[in-house]
Amino acid sequence: MISRNSGFRKTENRIMQGLCVTALAITLIPLLSILTSVLVNGASVIDYAFLTELPRAVGESGGGIANAIQGTLILLGLAILFGVPVGTIAGVYLSEYQETKLAWIVRFTSDILTEFPSIVIGIFAYTVIVLYFRSFSAIAGSVALAVIIIPIVTRTTEEVVRLVPNSLREAGIALGLPRWKTITRIVIPAARSGIVTGIMLSVARAAGETAPLLLTAFNSFYGFSGLLKPIASLPLYIFIFSISPFPDWRAKAWGAAMVLILMILGLSIMIRFATRGRYQKR
Amino acid sequence: MEDGVESLSSNAYPTFLSKQSRIKRPIKSTQKGRMTSDRIFKFATATVSSTILLILAAMIIELYTQSKLSINVFGLGFIWGTVWDPAITQVFGALPLIYGTLVTSALALLFGVPLSLGTAIVLSEIAPSRFRSPVSFIVELLAAIPSVIYGLWAIFTLAPFLRDYIYPILQNTLGFLPIFQGPIYGLGVLSGGIVLAIMIIPTVSAVSRDVLFAVPDSQREAAQALGATKWETTRIVLSYGRSGIIGSIILGLGRAVGETMAITMVIGNRFDIFTSLFAPGYTMAAVIANEFTEATFDLYLSALIEVGLILFIVAMGVNVLARLIVWRSLRMVRGVVFE
Amino acid sequence: MVKKMQAQEKKSNKKVVAAIGIIVLVVVVIAAYYSLGSGGQSTSTTRVEVITINGAGATFPFPLISKMSSEFSKLNPSVQINYQSIGSGGGIRQFMVKTVDFGATDAPLNDAQYSNVTGTKPLHIPFTIGGVVPTYNLPGVDTGLRFTGPILADIFLGKITKWNDPQLVGINPRIALPDKAIIVVHRSDGSGTSFVWTNYLSDVSPEWKEKVGKATSVNWPVGLGGKGNEGVAGIVTQNPYSLGYNEFAYAVINKITFGAVQNAAGAFVLPSLQSFAAAVSAASTVLPKGDESWSKISIVDAISGNISAADAYPITSFSYFLVYKELNTLPGMDVARAKALVQFLWWSIQVGQNYASPLSYVPLPASVVALDEATIQMITFNGQQVFQGPVIEG
Repeated sequence: MISRNSGFRKTENRIMQGLCVTALAITLIPLLSILTSVLVNGASVIDYAFLTELPRAVGESGGGIANAIQGTLILLGLAILFGVPVGTIAGVYLSEYQETKLAWIVRFTSDILTEFPSIVIGIFAYTVIVLYFRSFSAIAGSVALAVIIIPIVTRTTEEVVRLVPNSLREAGIALGLPRWKTITRIVIPAARSGIVTGIMLSVARAAGETAPLLLTAFNSFYGFSGLLKPIASLPLYIFIFSISPFPDWRAKAWGAAMVLILMILGLSIMIRFATRGRYQKR
Repeated sequence: MEDGVESLSSNAYPTFLSKQSRIKRPIKSTQKGRMTSDRIFKFATATVSSTILLILAAMIIELYTQSKLSINVFGLGFIWGTVWDPAITQVFGALPLIYGTLVTSALALLFGVPLSLGTAIVLSEIAPSRFRSPVSFIVELLAAIPSVIYGLWAIFTLAPFLRDYIYPILQNTLGFLPIFQGPIYGLGVLSGGIVLAIMIIPTVSAVSRDVLFAVPDSQREAAQALGATKWETTRIVLSYGRSGIIGSIILGLGRAVGETMAITMVIGNRFDIFTSLFAPGYTMAAVIANEFTEATFDLYLSALIEVGLILFIVAMGVNVLARLIVWRSLRMVRGVVFE
Repeated sequence: MVKKMQAQEKKSNKKVVAAIGIIVLVVVVIAAYYSLGSGGQSTSTTRVEVITINGAGATFPFPLISKMSSEFSKLNPSVQINYQSIGSGGGIRQFMVKTVDFGATDAPLNDAQYSNVTGTKPLHIPFTIGGVVPTYNLPGVDTGLRFTGPILADIFLGKITKWNDPQLVGINPRIALPDKAIIVVHRSDGSGTSFVWTNYLSDVSPEWKEKVGKATSVNWPVGLGGKGNEGVAGIVTQNPYSLGYNEFAYAVINKITFGAVQNAAGAFVLPSLQSFAAAVSAASTVLPKGDESWSKISIVDAISGNISAADAYPITSFSYFLVYKELNTLPGMDVARAKALVQFLWWSIQVGQNYASPLSYVPLPASVVALDEATIQMITFNGQQVFQGPVIEG
């Protein structure tokens, strides 16, 4: 056994902190590399026309991603509508009533759902919705994205709500609050920041997913035309244009990727700002 | 529930109250009202949570019915079959896929989890608060990058870099190990694992960071009062948040196992039980993504769906394993909070 | 304490405000873009009913179809053609389950698929021609490296493993081929391009035909798999000494070096629009009627034994539109949409062909156009022939 004298502990302290900082540095390297790629390849493509026009055929100048931006907002909006409440409530249930059998099963199920490839979820939505309506649709795409969002939000919500100190719960009981009020008025707001992290992570993930949209939203080169019709989206645009033979189309794909990343960044900043709670001492 | 008297061991009271307070008391009417609203709340949240069960059940049913054809034709041999021939013999087997999925996921966790934890620790314990927000944002931004972009970046930037600089060093120094032998393409299993690791870092690190944030300062203060160094304090904080961190790892694993686009652009898409990490391989998610829209006959389609079914079973197995590990490590901790 | 509660109220108000702000933003964005939703004709006083025709299928003809859709819409602003490239097999499948109005594919329906269509017949309408070329990355070697069919088959079988194999050196005497292993690259996704390539390899190599076969997706004996044309091209361009196959348009536009292939007449033919057209005219065997089965039709097969077609490039193929003969079999179809679809098809084989060459596609020869015209005139809706003569304006 190594003697844990103060000299050893000091060195250990230094080394481990150094390793952690190294980890952060290593993490930042690929991140910066990717962001640089996106910037270098995509920034020159973005202008007002790019953001407000429909895609144009090859060989024509101009053309843009207006419908893809619109489509992504709609798909994500619906997916958030379907998925976030379910996930958050489920997460709260799993944490506050964790002793029940149902909680155990739901937690297990939710974890498995996170491991489903997005393409399988897309196939599922295709079979259940697209084939039923005999048409590709925005609804099918949103449902697929919602199924991706739900387990992530559930898991993160559960974990952070569980970590809310029991002293808070006990305070609620001491004040005579019914349990549900304790949960909704005290516990959840205390965990607000972590819940938001989970939501943002899942939304970011859903925003960038291509595979589940291929056979559900299908993509469109025109604007929104109904919830039961095909709809454009940024990841699909990126996918299709990045695999095209034309260098200027491929450049547009990078431009679209940059727009997508900026959108998520903006959303993230807004949400963070709005939900800075009083427990946020850090 | 006996009338008028409620046993405190029922769900009307949180279980974290210590045994001493579990005395039976008669119930007043206001308490009854509270209990009803509590029950409604519990029932409502339980119902919403059950939606998740419904979704999974529906997916399993779908997967099963669509793969029945393939199950009937190949039986259990599908799991250890190694041939995937849609053209001549129309025989399908999933072993190389299962193998590839397990290996790439393991690599993703191997590289991704330490990096994520290190990042989370820095962001929550070490870094001055000025740095925390911007750096956290940037790391979370990684989650928003579409998987297609990861794939493109991997083909044009990462793989050539690894092929020209890193892999030769590995082969020269550790080439006696079979996992580092063979021709180096740049694309392959190891590159796939590295890309997956990068993709799971935002999830694992962001959630871990929040978990560490949520650990009460009283824990840190107590440790420091006892003279612990920063690192030792951190160890205690990590241990307190262990369950949450494992949850974040499971989320990361989910991303790694289920990733389709980026992995198929990097891994080389070869049906082989590879021995070298430099060799190309294949994963279950990748094969479905590659071949699903082109599956031209029913058995082919059914075989692909069966791969999805097997993926579900593998995921279930991994989760059971993770549960066991968590359960055993938690049981050793005495305390009020844990299961 | 009160201050804290007030601060808390402020903060939760902030949250509500932010949530509302987001919702408002979304609504405003959707409303602002709604003018895009009806085809961009935002300033007309009467809202024209826009018809959207959905199609799915091969990635190879996607640039051409997108160009044709755009030009057609300029002439017919009330019609929008929404074609998505999900792959030949995907196009066939969505066509069969009737979630789209038309399909596009590089491989014709096989016998099983053809006979699975009940109640009406599927029509094949070849609308363009393309070729698959061997692409490679050899430092110092430019476009034009010579290959023969059997050599290509042996490389993809794993029997020829080095660039300086005697067989390759023999047909390329003036090129210094390096003593390096050939990195073989193929498609990992099912694709019409693979179908054409494996069709050719099956014709030139009995061993390939027996062991691997021809299909959109096969059990490749060796090599790395790249996803899509761009995947193969990406791997080839990033890895010296690699050999793959790509669509001609893709290779040309991205300046990837490609090789010449020996045809049945013994000539080493460089892929080009002319050599593809030569292949099609050499394969002017009797093409079936549009509503018959095209499962046996293959330009590759047709010219594989043709010793007189000296200019023909042997790995050439049609791309087909797939349409139902009786359109009422499609849910959501009506007279107006049927007319729009038929007008697009007619236009695409006539005026639309003008847009082919600039994009490196081969225009249809006159004989095929005539055949397609007859096919399009077979299309009916509720028993009535849909095509009433070409109409350019909406």
